[in-house]
Amino acid sequence: MRRFECRLVIVGGGPAGMSAAVAAYEAGERDILILEREHTLGGILTQCIHNGFGLHRFGEELTGPEYAYRYEKSVKELGIKYYTDCTVTGISSDRTVSAVSAEEGMFKIQAGAVIVATGCRERPRGALNIPGTRPSGVYTAGTAQKFVNIKGYMPGKEIVILGSGDIGLIMARRMTLEGATVRAVLEIMPYSSGLARNIEQCLNDYGIPLYLSHTVSEIHGKERIEGVSVVRVDENRRPVPGGEMYIPCDTLLLSCGLIPENELASGGLAMCDVTTGGCIVDQDRESSAEGIFFCGNVLHVHDLVDYVSEEAAIAGRAAAAFARGDKRGDVNISVHFDKNIRYCVPQKITSLKDTDIYFRVKDVHRGATVCVNVGGRVVSEQKKIRLAPGEMETVHITERMLAENTGDITVSVIPSGV
Amino acid sequence: MMTREYDFAVIGGGVIGGLIARELSRFEVTTVILERSMDVSMGASKANSGIVHAGFDAERGTLKARMNVRGSELMETVASELGVGYRRNGSVVTAFSDKEREHLLRLAERGARNGVKDISVIDGDRLREFEPNLSPEIKYALYAPTGAIISPYGLCIAAVGNAMDNGCDLMRGFEVTAVERSGEWFTVTSSTGEAIRCRAVINAAGINSDIVASMASPARFRILPRKGEYLLCDKELGGMVGCTVFGCPTEKGKGVLVTPTVDGNLLLGPTAEDVQDRDDVATCADGLSYVERSALRQLPRLPRGKVITSFAGLRAKADGGDFIIEWSERGFLNVAGIDSPGLSSAPAIAETVVDMIGNSGFRLDRKRNFDPFRKPLDWFSRLSDEEKSEVIRERPEYGHIVCRCEKISEGEIRDAIRRDPRPHDTDGIKRRTRSGMGRCQGGFCLPRVAEILSEETGIPFLEITKASGGSYINKSRTKGD
Repeated sequence: MRRFECRLVIVGGGPAGMSAAVAAYEAGERDILILEREHTLGGILTQCIHNGFGLHRFGEELTGPEYAYRYEKSVKELGIKYYTDCTVTGISSDRTVSAVSAEEGMFKIQAGAVIVATGCRERPRGALNIPGTRPSGVYTAGTAQKFVNIKGYMPGKEIVILGSGDIGLIMARRMTLEGATVRAVLEIMPYSSGLARNIEQCLNDYGIPLYLSHTVSEIHGKERIEGVSVVRVDENRRPVPGGEMYIPCDTLLLSCGLIPENELASGGLAMCDVTTGGCIVDQDRESSAEGIFFCGNVLHVHDLVDYVSEEAAIAGRAAAAFARGDKRGDVNISVHFDKNIRYCVPQKITSLKDTDIYFRVKDVHRGATVCVNVGGRVVSEQKKIRLAPGEMETVHITERMLAENTGDITVSVIPSGV
Repeated sequence: MMTREYDFAVIGGGVIGGLIARELSRFEVTTVILERSMDVSMGASKANSGIVHAGFDAERGTLKARMNVRGSELMETVASELGVGYRRNGSVVTAFSDKEREHLLRLAERGARNGVKDISVIDGDRLREFEPNLSPEIKYALYAPTGAIISPYGLCIAAVGNAMDNGCDLMRGFEVTAVERSGEWFTVTSSTGEAIRCRAVINAAGINSDIVASMASPARFRILPRKGEYLLCDKELGGMVGCTVFGCPTEKGKGVLVTPTVDGNLLLGPTAEDVQDRDDVATCADGLSYVERSALRQLPRLPRGKVITSFAGLRAKADGGDFIIEWSERGFLNVAGIDSPGLSSAPAIAETVVDMIGNSGFRLDRKRNFDPFRKPLDWFSRLSDEEKSEVIRERPEYGHIVCRCEKISEGEIRDAIRRDPRPHDTDGIKRRTRSGMGRCQGGFCLPRVAEILSEETGIPFLEITKASGGSYINKSRTKGD
């Protein structure tokens, strides 16, 4: 079995992994190896053939494959090494990466630093606990997207979509363009978790009805799905009488949330955040396992790939510095948040430098102030017209704010009129 | 067309039929398994608790008690010969009150009478020394170290496969509609008009065994389908309990259990609901929430949101309560009413059936070249890293992971498709390789698995199904293609 050393191993060759690699290269690191499980670089973007990517990062609208190609081109031009069709099976706390591929067999790499950029997966039917029969024709939106966009096959023609996450909305439009009828998009919450622009461009433009506070209560059909029972729910997601419908369909697509593919860490390698499903990291995206960094959707699910690239670049630069043996920060500041916020990333600060803290709110707020205090002193206040769980927010923390105040950081959302 | 002739026809390719066929394949006789579905293990054998019960439940003197204790003794050898995942993890029955403790004492006594070894009643604190996640409210527990777990469909597929390796035939999609005797021969006909002739019929048709029985002579029993719903949890929770944990039994059955599976998941269930429809394996909201509530009572720290799938199965309970293993007429043997502890009893039932056949005038000469061993379905994952690298050097497809959750390679999937009994659909591949059985439930690997199945079998991609019949995966090409 082959064993070798590498200064920086990056697990995952999607938008996060490639961006991290490019940033590490630009920071001076030359001994980089990307391990990608699929046959090509690009990750899930390769099947996202719609546009809307890159507005923040490149100032222009790109399709998923185009966005991925920008990074792939850099990776190749810089001569960064990568293996495709290569699956990482484990990472140990001493930064030994175990992997397997057809060319190499089982092999181990002793890495100077490791960046995990394995992305996320969709919540399947079983995790949603939808009762009923178990016919074919029930897919996550991403599986259907792969069938349609990569393989050239249509899973079905009469579609119901459960969940109004972005992939679900995109697939509503995609299936319609391919000649299918999307009978309904159902959302259990009273608001959509998708981007506002996707509701407009993918549903409203095609007259596809969105039923808020509705969910599937039963799946029907013995061999192939034949229809779904739908109920209206209250604010506690419990069925209420009066909203029952039966919608015949031959396909049910699920777009009910994304879960970080954090299995490499959840076996005890690093401490995890139960809310994000990813690891607990510092401003450099370094986890509790020294020299092992996490970025992109494996850390927390982002709305836009542009933000994934941005975060991954932070991890890339920091991992390069770690592999070089740079001097490290020695503070220990926790990031706290109030009851209106679901989570913050990073969860801690270990070095005094400018840092963006990403966060998501729990509910929709029309008018609110985002307030940051450090050691009990308010250091920034920001008025927001609208905050929604579907849109990630940022607060900027400067080195000066941290240097002039001692103590933990607290982020709070104060709704207007309270 | 010549009607094929066999010495024995086993109706039903479940774990009972499969193990009977395997026992028969030890002898110089010809056997066919007639299975109505397109795969084996499609009834109760694919949707049950996967427990090899210690044998303290059944009343002494019943067939259930005798078969359970003997089956439990035989199971380890059978599992090892067939390469099926099996683990003697021990069972406990918990009592939350002194009244329930009396029940435990009765079970312990019954177990001792049935010949169950090393059974004892312990107090709650002692229990929590080795099962720290169990409820602090549990006061006592019955502990039976001989309880075990096994993959029920793994056992069935391997038994049928081993029988086939030793000369047995399998006919799928053969739903028996008529059994007619003429002289020393039976003619068994299917719903599609196919027919075979045989000297003896073994009715192991599970949920429909009363219907099959009545084709030969008026049935003396009726099957009362009883549905059980289950929740399967992520492997992250597989270590929450070491033993199989039962609540105190009720008249409806052994109650909801909490158990690790041989594959490392945590399984919760079943419910017990009498139903009319013999094909009704739908789950319902009430059933699933009852399972969750019952499991939480045993395991209060059970995290929410870790369920990866739910399913239901039908137990083939006979109206008389006990197993039925008897000749209804010369040459027609009913093996029916095999509800719990049916899986545990299966090797003993197969042994008994072959004894009965031998004792009723059929000549059974041992085959000289019978091979009881079968390469495990998961042989590759049992190898060391060095050994895996050797295999990958020879056959690179073993280095290409298709199912990322369960880490199943293309080589393992191709291997499973090439081995008897061959799968014809993606669920069949799932049961053989675990590809698609992990936490993403096939979200990532299904398109590739369907492609590999198409490549291996020559079935066009558009005709690949999830579970045969009308369970197509894709309806058409996209516009551009």
